[in-house]
Amino acid sequence: MRHLVLALVLVLSAILSQARVAAGFEIEDERSFGPAGAPQLRLLSTTDIAILQPVITAWLQANPDSGLHYVMASSQEVYRAIAEDRAAFDVVISSAMDLQMKLANDGFARPLPAEAMASQPQWARWRDLLVAVAQEPVVLILADGALASPAEAPRTRRDLITLLRDNPDRFRGKVGSYDPAISGAGYLFVAQDARLSDTFWRLAEVMGRLDARLYCCSSDMINDLQAGRLLVGYNVLGSYAVAHGGKGFQIVELEDFTLTLLRTALIPQNAPDPDGAAAFLRFLLSAPGQDLISEGAGLPSVEEAAFERKPHLRPIRLDPGLLANLDDVTRQRFLDEWRAAMVQP
Amino acid sequence: MAVSLRVRLIWQLLALAAVLALGLYLAVRIGAERASEATLDAVLGAAAQGMAEEMRSEEGGVVIDVPPGTFSMLAAMGEERIFYRVDVGGMTVTGYGDLPLPAVPPTALAPVFYSVPFRDADVRVAAVARSIRLDGVATKALVLLGQTREGQDQIAERLGNRAAALGLAVFLVAIPLSLLVARGLTRPIDRLAEAVGRRGPRDLRPVRHPAPAELQPFVGALNTFIGRLRGTLSQTETFIAEAAHHIRTPLAVMRNDAELALRHSGEEMTRARLRGLIRSADDAARSAGQLLDHATVLYRADQAERAPLDLAQLTRAVADRLAPAAEMKDIDLRLTIEAPLPAEGDAVLVEAALRNIIDNAIKYSDADSLVEIIARAAGGKAEITVADRGRGLSGLTHDRLKRRFLRGANVGDVAGSGLGLTIVEEATTAMGGQFTLSPREGGGTCAILSLPLSLS
Repeated sequence: MRHLVLALVLVLSAILSQARVAAGFEIEDERSFGPAGAPQLRLLSTTDIAILQPVITAWLQANPDSGLHYVMASSQEVYRAIAEDRAAFDVVISSAMDLQMKLANDGFARPLPAEAMASQPQWARWRDLLVAVAQEPVVLILADGALASPAEAPRTRRDLITLLRDNPDRFRGKVGSYDPAISGAGYLFVAQDARLSDTFWRLAEVMGRLDARLYCCSSDMINDLQAGRLLVGYNVLGSYAVAHGGKGFQIVELEDFTLTLLRTALIPQNAPDPDGAAAFLRFLLSAPGQDLISEGAGLPSVEEAAFERKPHLRPIRLDPGLLANLDDVTRQRFLDEWRAAMVQP
Repeated sequence: MAVSLRVRLIWQLLALAAVLALGLYLAVRIGAERASEATLDAVLGAAAQGMAEEMRSEEGGVVIDVPPGTFSMLAAMGEERIFYRVDVGGMTVTGYGDLPLPAVPPTALAPVFYSVPFRDADVRVAAVARSIRLDGVATKALVLLGQTREGQDQIAERLGNRAAALGLAVFLVAIPLSLLVARGLTRPIDRLAEAVGRRGPRDLRPVRHPAPAELQPFVGALNTFIGRLRGTLSQTETFIAEAAHHIRTPLAVMRNDAELALRHSGEEMTRARLRGLIRSADDAARSAGQLLDHATVLYRADQAERAPLDLAQLTRAVADRLAPAAEMKDIDLRLTIEAPLPAEGDAVLVEAALRNIIDNAIKYSDADSLVEIIARAAGGKAEITVADRGRGLSGLTHDRLKRRFLRGANVGDVAGSGLGLTIVEEATTAMGGQFTLSPREGGGTCAILSLPLSLS
């Protein structure tokens, strides 16, 4: 019996993995919402399902006859799914602005409903192809035990460099950040960091000297921090930090600049149900939708006032300048430099 | 009726305005497109050259900098899409390997610009070539930088639309303006038509109304026509007068001969025939006289020569001249004449009018009756009334009786041409006077001729 169950599980997992391979891109998670048999809107996203669940639930309550199939993948895989596999999805939401921009620039996106776009500020959309559904700061998180005294709390990158350099024993192996080589978002953040400030390279060197640990995703970083394996997490998505309740760590928005990521949505050119996708986006961009994202899901809504309240917030420019980051040669050269800084001989 | 000049003019002006609006739209649209294309090409070319210049050879290969700032800048206007491609030694090193190459390979000196359709968009590409030293060998490197030009198109379209709107505004302003101009242009024609229309029925003077040069041919033609008409009319009248005159003399001779024959003839039947002959000759002579009178009146009415005259004297003279005819029928002509009655006019016309009135009164009165002739001043006018106890108007209106060759129903045996009252009417009108014919109380007819008195 035990063997039988094991065999079944093996067969099932084989079928499942087969299905995943057939999709052509690697998916991390997927779930169906809504009544069984109902027509499903296919949503591809880099966001954890749990974070968008309140919005999806509200959407399904408003549209009881429809369902939604949520597929979660890493940003690179999301890009590959659309650009290479031409996978059939109705809405693509990704935090990797550069990859989303490349999809839109290269003609993989179809125009979004004009009236929904008109309400968005210029910096939160590109053409009528790409629109920001949430904005979130890219933050520094510090475990409760990271600081010897509150006075040590870093306010700028320069402060952070000093803190790390002055306490190598405390922070060795306890600093975490994205691995830009495997994470699209991580690459975007460091490329923007490098574009905005020279202190980034010094920070990279310091982190390299402290044997920084590299992660694929914000949530892993936060989990390790909460588990005590990390003291400092650099370039963590603010929404994930907030979603984890801030238990056992504090969130710091560095005051020299804090990148603000726009989580952008597009409707692929080959969307099976573009009208349903437009309706879903309209809901996401509406005031109740934005409130749900902001309060329920913990993702800050797209809000111009935030930049006036917090002058250190720098929105990442949503324009084809992002394409330069993705250039293979440039990217390779950047990663080489980054590795040279991180990996100390 | 052919299309009115005004309407035609308006349509032509409107068509002109429409052509102007369209021309303005096209000119601005094309101009804006050219200007912005030149500007944007310069920026795109500089960006491509910048990228090419940044390329350098390093150990292990070529270093290429794809500048995010430049991409942002190139995409800024109208949120353009950006495509690029870098080839080294004929191999695509980075970018979009399927971005089409230029038809003419660029030189190192100047970028080559071309437009290609790429990924559902029209892309403007700048291609720059340079030589790069790779592993000690000079290798040709090619940088292609492309952008969509939707923002430019939008701006050109906006400018074009604005120009078209301007043209349209001109067009709209042109409508009332062209109406105004059309009205102004056709006003002289209206005035001329009014001046010609105001003329009396017998006014055949040439048109002297001031007219613009463009209308002079028309006025000239009109005057030539009037001249011809006048010539024909006067010819006819002269002919009638001549004919009447020529008839009168042989008639008089015939009458004399008939009278002589009557005197010498003793046979009653022959005498009766001769008397009839004499009466017919008289009638013919009278008709001829009236024809002559009529022709004279028409001719003189045209000439309208005015001279001072005394109507009292004139009336008396005419009455005196007709006294023998009255006496023959034992009719008493009773004259009541105020003197003097100074007026201005053509004595011949007035005389003809008076002669015909009094003659009519005598002609249609019974023997042994009374014809009263009263001439007096009344309200600034001289009023000459001739009243008889004759057979009256037999119900015919004055207006009908005045027609040429039309006679009353009760003329009976009385000879006449039907021209008498016509002569009176035309002469009176030419003198600026009035003539009325009405039944007289107690039987008979009352004819009133009134002419303006001269002021002096």
